[in-house]
Amino acid sequence: MEKSTERFPLTHVFGFVLSLVLTFVAAWVALEMNLSFTIVMWIIGTLAVIQAGLQLFMFMHMTEGEDGKVNIINIAFMVFCAVVIVVGSIWVLTSGHAAH
Amino acid sequence: MEVTIVGIKWDEILITGDPIILGSQIAILLTSLGIIGGLTYLKKWKWLWREWITTVDHKRIGIMYIVAAVLMFFRGGMDGLMMKAQTARPEMSILDSQHYNEVFTAHGVIMILFMAMPFLIGLMNVVIPLQIGARDVAFPQLNALSFWLFFSGAMLFNIAFVVGGAPDAGWTSYFPLAGKEFSPGIGNNYYAISLQIAGLGTLMTGINFIVTILKMRTKGMTLMRMPMFTWTTLITSVIIVAAFPIFTVALALMTFDRLYGTHFFTVAAGGSDMLWANLFWLWGHPEVYIVILPAFGMFSEIISTFSRKQLYGYKSMVVSIVAIAVLSMLVWVHHFYTMGSGALVNSFFSITTMMIAVPTGVKMFNWLFTMRKGRIKMTTAMLWSLAFVPNFVIGGVTGVMLAMGAADYQYHNTLFLVAHFHYVLIPGVVFAVFAGLYYWWPKMFGFMLNEKLGKWHFWLFVIGFNVTFMPMFFLGLNGAVRRAYTYSAESGFAPLFMLSAVGSVILAAGFAVFCYNIYWSIRYADRNISSDPWDARTLEWATSSPVQHYNFAKLPEVKSLDAFWYMKKNNEGITLKDEEIEEIHMPSNSGLPFLMCVAFGIVGFFLIFEWHLLAAVSTVLIIAGLIYRSFDYNDGYHIHKDEIRKTESTWKKMEGKVNNHVS
Repeated sequence: MEKSTERFPLTHVFGFVLSLVLTFVAAWVALEMNLSFTIVMWIIGTLAVIQAGLQLFMFMHMTEGEDGKVNIINIAFMVFCAVVIVVGSIWVLTSGHAAH
Repeated sequence: MEVTIVGIKWDEILITGDPIILGSQIAILLTSLGIIGGLTYLKKWKWLWREWITTVDHKRIGIMYIVAAVLMFFRGGMDGLMMKAQTARPEMSILDSQHYNEVFTAHGVIMILFMAMPFLIGLMNVVIPLQIGARDVAFPQLNALSFWLFFSGAMLFNIAFVVGGAPDAGWTSYFPLAGKEFSPGIGNNYYAISLQIAGLGTLMTGINFIVTILKMRTKGMTLMRMPMFTWTTLITSVIIVAAFPIFTVALALMTFDRLYGTHFFTVAAGGSDMLWANLFWLWGHPEVYIVILPAFGMFSEIISTFSRKQLYGYKSMVVSIVAIAVLSMLVWVHHFYTMGSGALVNSFFSITTMMIAVPTGVKMFNWLFTMRKGRIKMTTAMLWSLAFVPNFVIGGVTGVMLAMGAADYQYHNTLFLVAHFHYVLIPGVVFAVFAGLYYWWPKMFGFMLNEKLGKWHFWLFVIGFNVTFMPMFFLGLNGAVRRAYTYSAESGFAPLFMLSAVGSVILAAGFAVFCYNIYWSIRYADRNISSDPWDARTLEWATSSPVQHYNFAKLPEVKSLDAFWYMKKNNEGITLKDEEIEEIHMPSNSGLPFLMCVAFGIVGFFLIFEWHLLAAVSTVLIIAGLIYRSFDYNDGYHIHKDEIRKTESTWKKMEGKVNNHVS
């Protein structure tokens, strides 16, 4: 990655185009497709997560430098905690008797 | 009569009308006057300010944490004794139900957050930078701020019972009980605000130690050459950073609910009281591992040193603590199976809970195998570690019983549960901090705690502990509920309750011997001991005792696990040549952390009393402190070579070996 300043920044262009595509797909799904609100939210939510991940690797230099591995572990752990806290709480508080 | 100025009801500030509380108020007043008078008489104010209050030295901060923790142990212990006295016989009337509620709330909060946490963080502070061969933590002034925020929170919480009214909704402070509707006084504000302030300090400690351990290890110390206590501290810090923000948010929402009338946890306007339980335990369960993992690390060091063997299964130990850290985030619902989240949820959390027993079991066997064929030295520190193993296993096995969601419907809210967590926390944490204190005391102060008194302390404490809490398993199985201030004679609980009360007196006697041991050792212990009295294995013993403020004249180089052991064995790296001495860059002292402690204390106090205008105005103090810090360009100072040469020559022969053990 460090050498990419000398060469043509292929990954950056690729990432940029891919980001654009993902954004336009999301807009198209929301505006042009006649889907129910829930399905639209699921689709554009998924696209957003994919794009966030893409940008972390392509533009945010996540894997670069001496702390590359540490960054990945950090982000993985952060995502794990966030998912546990949010999804776990919703699951616990909306199932069984707790739902009533 | 109500006299109000900016909403202050002056006649409601001091708690009146209870003889026990009046006695405490008088005792607090006399103690404060005694301390102030004593410091003035001995002309120690300047010394206190210069050497302790403004210090950024990790060792001194650690010692202050430990002193605070011992005081809090006394306070929490007195609360425990009061509960034991009240329940010693049926229908006793030492405490009424309200007072009993306040006492068990204070006992729980103080023992976990203001005794166990600072005791462990204190030992971490003293030991970790030394173990990794560093001269201080990564952010020394932030470290001082951590301590002073903890101190601010702890003092606020401790004055509750004499000023304004104590929190009384349990250490878990479940809604709706803890809400304004059912606890209209200001008591539970103390819980929300003071834990928030102390929690900020803990969070900063977590960040500080992650950076310190990842970035400041000495040359050659790879991750897999770190001592086990350093490993557990690293993982603990990661759990702190993951879990404490949840508590911060939960407490902030609680504060909004109680002070500003929002409805996050109040059922009335669509909030969810169960959300509090959920958030509390999302933090609360990792918190259990925050206090147990450093303790595991201490036992690892002590067992290895006194078995005179390398720790067995080092890699599996590391894997185990990482596994415990991940699993600790996945078990919180086992604290409220009976809330009724449905069979699937309860089954899932039963399984994750039982899974935690696996890495913990691995660690148990590793400790046993470390001792196998070792030449075990029965020092006081080792005795605590030995007693830890069977006692903690009783706590662990009853934990697996409680882990089964279906069975928990029988055990929950009984003294069986109370006995279980005391069997986990006392052998797991209290035995560990005692062991750690006996072990590292010579490193902190340059003399040992008396071993003979230490053994009295040990036996009284361990026997007292078992006599106190073993009967509570059976009381719980017979149906005695927790947090009940009394019971009838017909229940048949009386004999076991009496036995438990007797045990608590033995336990207290053990603690008294411990305090006497500190006093005796300060007065009479032999000062002429070596810097390595236990023939230990890790780097903190490679420097003098007590440790010079710059820790190491020359940073040690590590070539293997148990670095200092091999340095001694191969006689390399322990001598210091004159040309190796270089100037050392150290951070300057700062009074700012203490002033921030005062500022947070004032703002917190006003918020607790719901004097919103005063609170808002005094927030300026905190902001002023932050701004001042932003413009603080003090880069520290350099210690001159001559000073280092002079200091080093007092404890080690230049060019020679470490002075031999002479006592």
